[in-house]
Amino acid sequence: MESAILSSKNFNAYFGNNHVVKNVSMDIPKNNIVAVMGPSGCGKTTYLRCINRMHELIPGAKVEGKMLLHDKDIYSINPILVRLKIGMVFQRPNPFPNLSIYDNVIAGYKLNGFKIKKSERDSIVENSLIKAALWNEVKDTLHKKGTFLSGGQQQRLCIARAIAMEPEVLLMDEPTSALDPISTSSIEELMHELKKNFTLVIVTHNMQQAARVSDKTAFFFLGELVEYDDTREMFINPKDSRTQNYITGRFS
Amino acid sequence: MNKRLQLRLATSKVFEYFIMLLAFLITIPLFAIIYYVLKTGLSKLSWHFITNIPKPVGEIGGGIANALAGSLLIVLVAAVIAVPIGILCGVYLSENRNSKLAYWSRLAVDVMQGTPSIVIGIVIYFWIVKPSGSFSAISGSIALAIMMLPIVIRSTEETLKLLPSSLKEAGLALGLPYHKVILRVIIPCGISGILSGVMLAVARIAGETAPLLFTAFGNPYLTTNVLKPMQSLPLLIFNYATSPYDEWHDLAWGASLILLIWVLLLNITTKLITRKWKVQF
Repeated sequence: MESAILSSKNFNAYFGNNHVVKNVSMDIPKNNIVAVMGPSGCGKTTYLRCINRMHELIPGAKVEGKMLLHDKDIYSINPILVRLKIGMVFQRPNPFPNLSIYDNVIAGYKLNGFKIKKSERDSIVENSLIKAALWNEVKDTLHKKGTFLSGGQQQRLCIARAIAMEPEVLLMDEPTSALDPISTSSIEELMHELKKNFTLVIVTHNMQQAARVSDKTAFFFLGELVEYDDTREMFINPKDSRTQNYITGRFS
Repeated sequence: MNKRLQLRLATSKVFEYFIMLLAFLITIPLFAIIYYVLKTGLSKLSWHFITNIPKPVGEIGGGIANALAGSLLIVLVAAVIAVPIGILCGVYLSENRNSKLAYWSRLAVDVMQGTPSIVIGIVIYFWIVKPSGSFSAISGSIALAIMMLPIVIRSTEETLKLLPSSLKEAGLALGLPYHKVILRVIIPCGISGILSGVMLAVARIAGETAPLLFTAFGNPYLTTNVLKPMQSLPLLIFNYATSPYDEWHDLAWGASLILLIWVLLLNITTKLITRKWKVQF
């Protein structure tokens, strides 16, 4: 197995006194898709948001333990730099409504004020949209507002926006939960393509999705990491009874 | 039973027509004002009228160039002072909804909105005009800026509160520092609401007379020096309408019409901007 790009050690997260992620230790290998699944309120989204330090934006939020990116503690790096290395796609598509498709893709550079040449910009936009499987649909309407696209297209636009920054890790927080089945399957196909270049961590409450797309799966329950294994192994032969109950649908 | 039902339906109809009537009645004062000002002011309007300064009593002609230029300048300076401060305060209030500072700041804004304009004028008189030893356009602008602030702050706050938090997260997740998220994502997305607040505030202060009485004071000549007394449309109307001379009354009517057109145009532009620049989610 390749080395872990991301790993957490005895990681805890709180909202005030509410302990939502409890002592989670897991290694995420490079160029893998890791699915984090579990019932609502099990802390999976919070765990994901701790990886790019979005959790701490909520008043009263705090964390304990270590979260390492290439063996360097993420919490010792400036959050702005962390977020440049670890991109994120949200539950609901959130393209910038005031920007065109083109400007949305290049937003990470443009809004940050990073100076790049026009030709370079064009190629970043084209490559990101190709990687996000959106290029063919939008290449003639690049200067229209991103919000004119359908929900599934908007989500792929958000993926293009995130990968344009060439992050090492891409976090996806239930990226298909607001989408119809056709858009969902196109995003899932896209994930397989993306793992060639990126490491993906995907939160989902949908275990079929976890089974379909991921290499490894982590099962969270009530803030604990119950089980973490290769996806095939976990679904065929779960070790913990709680995982088994969840997979067989005995509770949701 | 049937009779009772009919009675209830009839009462509903009467009520419906009654509120319709009230809705119609409130349009009457506006149209009456526009009609009357148009009727008396329209004949005075000409190129000559807006490009010449008033003539001394007894001479025919003269215009309101000094007041028009003065009003534009005073309002522009007031907007330059109030708009950046107002927008940034509004951003703070929408970003920190529950902080103690936000609570007190919001309270101050509400009280400021209710402060009579003449009181603001007299305070500026004692703070700026008296120490500086002279009436000045800039002191008038400051008084008007204070009047603009609450409108700009509140409309910015209300607009930005409606923006989804996912927008801010989208910016932060791209590694944008907080100030860039505010300046390049949040404010541009709320620009239509913010601008309409600014325009309404400008329309509100364009016709203010009381704060200018002891600040900008008035000036029969055309000047662009903001450190000197300056004429403005409402001051001209106030002074000339209360004078005993017919020629000056004419000037006051013409100036009233100009002021009315200015405010109407601002309001219509505001409506257009809100519709056109509205950001769709």
